[in-house]
Amino acid sequence: MISLDNVSVSYGSGARQINAVRDVSLSVSEGEAFGLVGESGSGKSTVLRAIAGLIPHARGRVVLNGQEMQKHRTKAERKTVQMVFQDPYGSLHPNQTVDQTLSMPVAIHGLGNPDRRVAAALREVGLGREHRYRYPHQLSGGQRQRVAIARALILEPRILLLDEPTSALDVSVQAEILTLLARLRRDHRLTALMVSHDLAVIAHLCERIAVMAHGAVIETTTADALASGKVTHAYTRQLLRSNRGFDRSGAEIVDVVS
Amino acid sequence: MSEAPLLKVRNLRVTYPGDEGDFVAVRGISFALGRERLGIVGESGSGKSTTGRAIMGLVGEPGRVEADEMRLGETDLLRLDERGFRGLRGKRVAMILQDPKYSLDPVMTVGHQIAETHRCHFQSNAKVARAAALEMLAAVHIRDPERVYALYPHQVSGGMGQRVMIAMMLIAGPDLLIADEPTSALDVTVQHQVLAIMDDLVRRRGMGLILISHNLHLVSAFCDRVLVMYAGRVVETCAASRLAEARHPYTRGLLASLPELGRRRTELPQLQRDPAWAMEAS
Repeated sequence: MISLDNVSVSYGSGARQINAVRDVSLSVSEGEAFGLVGESGSGKSTVLRAIAGLIPHARGRVVLNGQEMQKHRTKAERKTVQMVFQDPYGSLHPNQTVDQTLSMPVAIHGLGNPDRRVAAALREVGLGREHRYRYPHQLSGGQRQRVAIARALILEPRILLLDEPTSALDVSVQAEILTLLARLRRDHRLTALMVSHDLAVIAHLCERIAVMAHGAVIETTTADALASGKVTHAYTRQLLRSNRGFDRSGAEIVDVVS
Repeated sequence: MSEAPLLKVRNLRVTYPGDEGDFVAVRGISFALGRERLGIVGESGSGKSTTGRAIMGLVGEPGRVEADEMRLGETDLLRLDERGFRGLRGKRVAMILQDPKYSLDPVMTVGHQIAETHRCHFQSNAKVARAAALEMLAAVHIRDPERVYALYPHQVSGGMGQRVMIAMMLIAGPDLLIADEPTSALDVTVQHQVLAIMDDLVRRRGMGLILISHNLHLVSAFCDRVLVMYAGRVVETCAASRLAEARHPYTRGLLASLPELGRRRTELPQLQRDPAWAMEAS
């Protein structure tokens, strides 16, 4: 469903060139949930953006749903891939009601019957009719993230890209959103690619997981292997220790470039 | 404990008046703090940050702080006016906030900001203050203090920015450090470096530390004792190492809603809240 072949993204040129993503190849089959972990600056969000078509100058091959993506995507290609961003406070237009936010993509793609679609999408993410004409500032963080998910789902995509969808939320709200995402993925047979720095969150939703550092994938593993600590790379082991709470050994600096 | 507690709070209430009645952010909490590391956990809106701000005298108008007792050592915090608090902040009690990007002055070099704190509290001259700031930067494990001294906040990374904040907060030698989500904006591996540095300094100087966080794993591994707050009340107090055995349904619910490595559940339990928790006597 998703296949990346030597995808690279760099910014700037000459001595100041920054290679944000270096030769990343991975493939995700239909209906699978795949996770990307790593620290800020490791390039994980850039990979997501490249898949979403938000970085036109990305090099390498991106094949989605059997079709190789070109520099400019058709409307239908864009509809296939939808993304949910990290910060529900920043990703919703503050001057548009939930109804406007959700009707916009329906109008752009000419899907018709916006009224029914908006109502259905809200129901799907567990929001009621009373939320439909509210502005983002009248919603809680968890409700906003539900709106962001509804906005992605309203176009009936095949692929859902999740960029740290729960890191701005309280643990109890995180549990609600994770449960919602798991259900939606099952009901709509979505292929999901999720980015997070929290190994436990990733392992909860995803079967296979790739660890990124300095723009490259350094290890591909499974949720079960992570849980049992069967990881090969020293950097992954350190991430694992850090995720278990405060531990002095987690404070040692492990050099990832070997 | 033979010595008097560093901080004593009895029946603290913080109220914000509003058009539709008063909003009580903190509802009668009591605790004492020695030279230890105390964690306060809870969801957003549970009043944990407001508690920290009340101790610092930072609850602004029209908010009201009331308590039966609130003492920092011998000082009665309830009788202090703004002027009195100003003498207290930095020297006796200091606070580290979540994001160094917003808490450092963007148009002043970081070294200058640390030195200014020193000059302010010790009436020292520029040369002495600079030397003290450099020493403090070295104490927070900054490898090249001279170079970092001259950098502006936007030129340092998040982890380094937070170390600069720690340096600035500890330079006047406070007895109590309140850290409000000090590492939430940082990467996990950097988080641990920053916490380790903070821990070393706090221990070496025999300070008290209040760590406010929503991260249960972090607090239980880092602190000695934990207060769990819900809707402005302390619902449970326990030894940090025994947080996993917590008994209150709220604490249990919070713990259960965390996804865990190696324990895959199709559904995470939803946290059930009982309004009675906010009422019952703690």
